[in-house]
Amino acid sequence: MEAVKSPKKTFVSTRNACKLCAPLGASVVFKGIKGCLPMIHGSQGCATYIRRYMISHFKEPVDIASSNFSEETTIFGGNRNFNTGIENIIQQYNPEVIGIASACLSETIGEDIPRLIREYRTVNASKALPVFVNASTPSYQGTHMDGFHEAVSSVVANLAECGETGTHINIFPGFVSPADLRHLKDILTDFGLDYVLFPDYSDSLDNPHWKEYQIIPEGGTAVSEIKRTGTAKASLEFGYILNLGGINSRITESKAAFTAAQWLEKNRSVIRCKLGMPIGINETDRFFKQLEELSGKPTPNRYERQRGRLVDAYVDGHKYVFGKRAIVYGDEDMVVGLVAFLTEIGIEPVLVASGGESGILKREIERITEGKYPQMKVVSGMDFESINEMTEELKPDIFIGNSKGYYISRRLGIPLVRVGFPVHDRFGAQRLQHLGYEGTQQLFDRITNALIEYKQEHSPVGYKYI
Amino acid sequence: MDSILIERKNQVFRTGTDAQTIHCNKPSVAGSVSQRACVFCGSRVVLYPIADALHIVHGPIGCAAYTWDIRGALSSGPEIHRLSFSTDLREKDVVFGGETKLYHSLIELIDQYKPKAAFVYSTCIVGVIGDDIEAVCKKANKEKGIPVIPVQAPGFNGSKKDGYKIACEALATLIGTGDLAVPEKSINILGDFNLAGELWMLLEYYKKMGIHVNATITGDGRVEAIASAHKASLNVVQCSGSMMHLAKIMKDKYNIPMMKVSYFGIEDMSDALYEVAKFFKDDEMMAKARILVREEFGRLMPVLKEYKEKLQGKKAAIYVGGSFKAISLIKALRLIGVQTVVVGSQTGTPDEYEIINQLCDEGTIVVDDSNPIELSAFVKETCADIFIGGVKERPIAYKLGLGFCDHNHERKEALAGYEGMLNFAKEIYATAMSPVWQFTRQR
Repeated sequence: MEAVKSPKKTFVSTRNACKLCAPLGASVVFKGIKGCLPMIHGSQGCATYIRRYMISHFKEPVDIASSNFSEETTIFGGNRNFNTGIENIIQQYNPEVIGIASACLSETIGEDIPRLIREYRTVNASKALPVFVNASTPSYQGTHMDGFHEAVSSVVANLAECGETGTHINIFPGFVSPADLRHLKDILTDFGLDYVLFPDYSDSLDNPHWKEYQIIPEGGTAVSEIKRTGTAKASLEFGYILNLGGINSRITESKAAFTAAQWLEKNRSVIRCKLGMPIGINETDRFFKQLEELSGKPTPNRYERQRGRLVDAYVDGHKYVFGKRAIVYGDEDMVVGLVAFLTEIGIEPVLVASGGESGILKREIERITEGKYPQMKVVSGMDFESINEMTEELKPDIFIGNSKGYYISRRLGIPLVRVGFPVHDRFGAQRLQHLGYEGTQQLFDRITNALIEYKQEHSPVGYKYI
Repeated sequence: MDSILIERKNQVFRTGTDAQTIHCNKPSVAGSVSQRACVFCGSRVVLYPIADALHIVHGPIGCAAYTWDIRGALSSGPEIHRLSFSTDLREKDVVFGGETKLYHSLIELIDQYKPKAAFVYSTCIVGVIGDDIEAVCKKANKEKGIPVIPVQAPGFNGSKKDGYKIACEALATLIGTGDLAVPEKSINILGDFNLAGELWMLLEYYKKMGIHVNATITGDGRVEAIASAHKASLNVVQCSGSMMHLAKIMKDKYNIPMMKVSYFGIEDMSDALYEVAKFFKDDEMMAKARILVREEFGRLMPVLKEYKEKLQGKKAAIYVGGSFKAISLIKALRLIGVQTVVVGSQTGTPDEYEIINQLCDEGTIVVDDSNPIELSAFVKETCADIFIGGVKERPIAYKLGLGFCDHNHERKEALAGYEGMLNFAKEIYATAMSPVWQFTRQR
């Protein structure tokens, strides 16, 4: 593999970012807690932009409050706005939980959110208050994925109980689609496992139509469930990279941040099972093997058959995909999973790119591809304009990633298969599946069809069969 | 629980029954889920359509990422505006300052993309860490020979509306520096952003009347034309919330008169043409305007009449960015038989709210800087059938079982001008009459 400094010219600025900011990730996590209303402690714009971004993807109401910093707040501190914000949220929403994410502004002026929460609780000790959780998410540290992991870890560390180890397991799937979450729940249920899945926004960000308007959409992991994470017998955590990007970009804080499963292992002695995103047959096999061990039961027939059908599809479709050159981009753990899958079907990832900066993407990709693609470039801290400038040399046949790379695939006239987040230019992003044999089947069908469609449309003969 | 926070009670009133006037121009209440964005956003959306300029956001990545290609503002030529540039500040930059990073970013981007000007937006933390972006801009301007204009818009420094003002002031530094030849009887179009090509329709109308359009600010905007905007004889201002400030500056500085118009709905659209002809006291121009309006009315009215028959009795809720647009929407809806029962805006003005008060039927709810809880309560109370708003209001409307029309800056359908009125009617009809509501109606 080449030692990559890949774009011909390195730019100081970021041009069409392939990442979002940390409070967005935390907001997604807070939406996955039952009865939770998120608040961003910062300017009004942070909350509004993040709402707009999530709404365009999930097509659901996404209410996120803001403490709405003014010039005065910035100079004298956010205490008053914080308290007013909490009071107004309670008055309008009366939520079970308030999830507070910091923003670059509040972090820069040194706001101490845990202290603000403590003080608010002390002053209002006589009242029945919501549960408060928080995440430190300045946007100058890492990406939305780091904000996501920070929030998962912080919520768990805040709530996980001590106690005797139970028979249940934890599952921390990372930033996947609501349909992925539903599929995971089905799998765990079919294994007869008692589990805590967190965060669970499978309903709150993909709700059925309502009889009555719900000011806080139903769904989410209940606080009582998150408490149980402390007494689980094991934690499954998807992703090899997790929160390393955020840690890398910190300079003022040397203390290592833990992921939820790492924290539980260290502080609650919950065994941590490290898995990649279960995309493709090999990574999914690992996941199911783990579930067999944890449940003491064989994989239910339903999933054996899903796997069998997937193998059958790989065989039926292999010639359409073999040797095709793909540019794969997005969140680091998602691209690791996608590359693991593409390697199984003979698609060559010519560029693997992410806006994340964990520093270990290249190592993980190399490990997972076992050195099969010596020409492949793996670039962290990537932006779309850099990808755009590399395409001439890379000669890709297909793009696999989020919506934001569309402009490049359009210029090249090649297909883009939309995965991950954000998918702003197609309908049904909430229902896209990536995980398990079932999710892989969907990905395989979509990728194969995209390549067939390309061939069909560029053929002088309009074949009606393949 | 109360759907309206105590601090917000005077920002809501009902026409005919409440004697008080509405309070507006206030900062959003902490903890309310305001539909507004921030100062940065205000300036960013106004300047965004200038297509041959470089727009670089000096701050951490979020502000640039969320405003990448954010408006449906089309360009007939260059499209530098559709790229998102950021200094992507990291923790070390926050600690040690980001000026050097900004300087190098500007130089490399100007070399690479060859813009005619650069706008440099400051964000929240730049306001706090105290980077001197003005000095960096001056240095880059000196080296590269193009205007490099600081847009001092830290998000906390007021509301979205203050961002509009900051954008106007940034534009004012550019205006007067250009020397394009401009014929007599020319106008500038202020406050149309060429969403879905709306500006191009307006240009066609003015062309038919024999009027030269000098600068379009900022829809399909070009640096050179804007720099020469001071040579026009009249500023025609739409979206007055964002652009009146610039028109006032130009009146003070260059003595250019201004005229407030709206291009939404056929009445307001026609008035906009007549008023410009009147301004030039040109009979031929007026005659041409009359012919144009007559033709368009002849084409539109029979179709609109059909829509009206089918839509009669439907009720609409409007929640948009500025109250001036809301006024046109109320009239346009009335033309197709739809009654407005809720009307609000993020950044309305007292005068415009008063016009709305006069214009609407008794009992209409008027609201400033609303939020999802209020909007959902108002819509339920008034039994509205259709919601007109932006992306953030759409899922609320849909979850409530209402039809929806996107009238915000992300829209892909042209809704201004005569053709726009047809599109508007068509969209309202499509959303109100869809058979899907049979599965959702609970009332």
